[in-house]
Amino acid sequence: MMISLEFSLGISEKHLMYQYNDDDQTLINERVTQYRGQTERYLKGELGEDEFRTLRLMNGLYIQTHAPMLRVAGPYGLLSSKQLRMLAHISRKYDKSYAHITTRQNIQFNWPDLKDVPNILADLASVQMHAIQTSGNCLRNTTTDHLAGVCIDEIEDPRPYCEIIRQWTVLHPEFAYLPRKFKIAVSGAKQDRAATQLHDIGLHLIKNDTGEIGFRVLVGGGLGRTPVIGKVIRPFLAKEHLLSYLEAIVRVYNLNGRRDNKYKARIKILVKESGIEQMTEWVEAEWLQIKDGMEVTDSRFNEIKAYFIPPAYEPDAEQDKSFDSNKAQSTAFATWVKYNTADHKIPGYRAAFVSLKAPDSPPGDITDKQLDAIADLADQYSFGEARNTHRQNIVLADIKQADLFDLWQKLDALALATPNIGTATDMICCPGLDFCGLANAGSIDIAKEINEALDDIDYLHDIGDIKINMSGCMNGCAHQSVGHIGILGVDKKGVEWYQLTLGGSSENEAALGERLGPALAKEQVTQAVSTILKIYIENRLEQEVFLDTVKRIGINPFKKAIY
Amino acid sequence: MKIIKDEQIIEDSWRHITDDEEIGSGDITVSLSRWNKEKKVLLAHQGKVGVRIAPTDKIEEISANLNDISLVAVELPVFTDGRAFSHARLLRSRYGYKGEIRAIGKYIPDQVFYLHRVGVNAFELENTEELPLALSTLNDFTVEYQVSSN
Repeated sequence: MMISLEFSLGISEKHLMYQYNDDDQTLINERVTQYRGQTERYLKGELGEDEFRTLRLMNGLYIQTHAPMLRVAGPYGLLSSKQLRMLAHISRKYDKSYAHITTRQNIQFNWPDLKDVPNILADLASVQMHAIQTSGNCLRNTTTDHLAGVCIDEIEDPRPYCEIIRQWTVLHPEFAYLPRKFKIAVSGAKQDRAATQLHDIGLHLIKNDTGEIGFRVLVGGGLGRTPVIGKVIRPFLAKEHLLSYLEAIVRVYNLNGRRDNKYKARIKILVKESGIEQMTEWVEAEWLQIKDGMEVTDSRFNEIKAYFIPPAYEPDAEQDKSFDSNKAQSTAFATWVKYNTADHKIPGYRAAFVSLKAPDSPPGDITDKQLDAIADLADQYSFGEARNTHRQNIVLADIKQADLFDLWQKLDALALATPNIGTATDMICCPGLDFCGLANAGSIDIAKEINEALDDIDYLHDIGDIKINMSGCMNGCAHQSVGHIGILGVDKKGVEWYQLTLGGSSENEAALGERLGPALAKEQVTQAVSTILKIYIENRLEQEVFLDTVKRIGINPFKKAIY
Repeated sequence: MKIIKDEQIIEDSWRHITDDEEIGSGDITVSLSRWNKEKKVLLAHQGKVGVRIAPTDKIEEISANLNDISLVAVELPVFTDGRAFSHARLLRSRYGYKGEIRAIGKYIPDQVFYLHRVGVNAFELENTEELPLALSTLNDFTVEYQVSSN
């Protein structure tokens, strides 16, 4: 049954996000009907377990340790206040009143009932949302920079391109049964905040010598069991060829990717085994055959770009004096501004991070009340829009500096203002053994322990910029191999052990972490992390961030202190 | 046996013969390797001739002979093997094939809509009882984001 709830739609909302037209809406409504039929056939025994598995995965539904898990697509991370309220509603009605933000800007529910999922999808469809292709061996949700359109280092706003890719991927008839999952990320800024080098396809919006906008195209990046950094397959692709080039890559992969072993089925293995030269040759040959006639026209770009025009910023926002005086009067506020806000391209505005890394809550989790409250705050302060981040937080991207103090107080009252963005407790963490059917080891409880060990906020801030990523198994959902400190849970004869790596990065200078030594027992992990941080503090040069110290002194000093 | 062809359930008499089976009479399909080896004999056959394309086959190998081939059967040995989708797409869009493209193998009715969109116009399902369901799925979606080959 379709639920119709009356929510206030901020007038400005339609200028910040793509809005479905009748065709978009029809398509997701029809998808709900299709999936409802498939669920009914499965429950009646007319559809086999394996067949239904593949079909439900392509609607975001996993079967986990305790219950199904439903992954809802956050289209390149963007959410309207209306959508946030619907997510809160779904978490209350069908789940345990909380949701989880993922590293690919999606939203997960951990406790829905399989038979309720068609109704959840119908509720989502009523606010232009879906769970299409959030799992399965198909084209997944496209991700991007959570500061798209507002950051100060942007070459071109990636969101319109993401929307064009979103539409191309959704229900693509040729590429629904790929050898393995396929993920695309787009970055339009100088600083890569979307881990594009670790995606099956990474797209960097760039300008060529003549000032024309296009893409540097990377292929074959990925995490998981065999982490690989993507390689450049085309240094410059004119933007009108975006879809034909994607189609060429995915077709070459569909026809040539390995299907004999699921651990060798990602495109990164095809690139590795054939070599980037061969891969480039295949893709370019395929592309030459299809590029004419598949161009994205200027009018199409303009049509989509019109949904992302800047909102009505106040021209005199910078005149405000209260921001500086509030910072001078409240150290806590000044600290929050320093860590949890980012520069904005419009003077007098900042982007504010809503920290989902409070010490006593699992990283990335958010309650129904918090979702509703963020929706209200988005309406009040940020043109009715919010974004999920790759590091499992939420951003309110357009906050007037005069509003930051109020916003901070309200977030603080909701336990959403822990000033730890970019610090050691802003961990990426998978659900681990507590929820996930794949996990070999717990991760949430270790995150909690690390939080307890780093409860001195001044010490946390002194350590500064560091990314700790922790996964409960080799699948690497929490991107441990590119964490500055990576923690990987493994199972050895029924006991949880943890492998530590140092020096990984998913940013511009992407790198895979180096293994520190033999796996540690669970009770040693937090102590080891503390020791690593201590060695850093002892060895760092002035202003040197953790990653640079590791690069400079190597892993031996850390190794020596731990083993 | 019954199949779906051009959006109708019809009776069909094509035989898929193995590489060492007698050609016999009537309409037959052969594997790509048999086609490559016995092209002359097959072209002289009284009935119509089709070629089966396995996932690892290269579709371009028959591109020069498409006028002589009445049916191309794209094979899904398991329903998760998506290469048949690209084969059908290439046959229609790159090689302009106008004849019958038939999906054979172990696929499920829920895949018929996508197969149809990439250019498959005939569906042979192992479980013929599912043909009406498969036929009905052709109406699952009335809108689409990508170009179709059907």
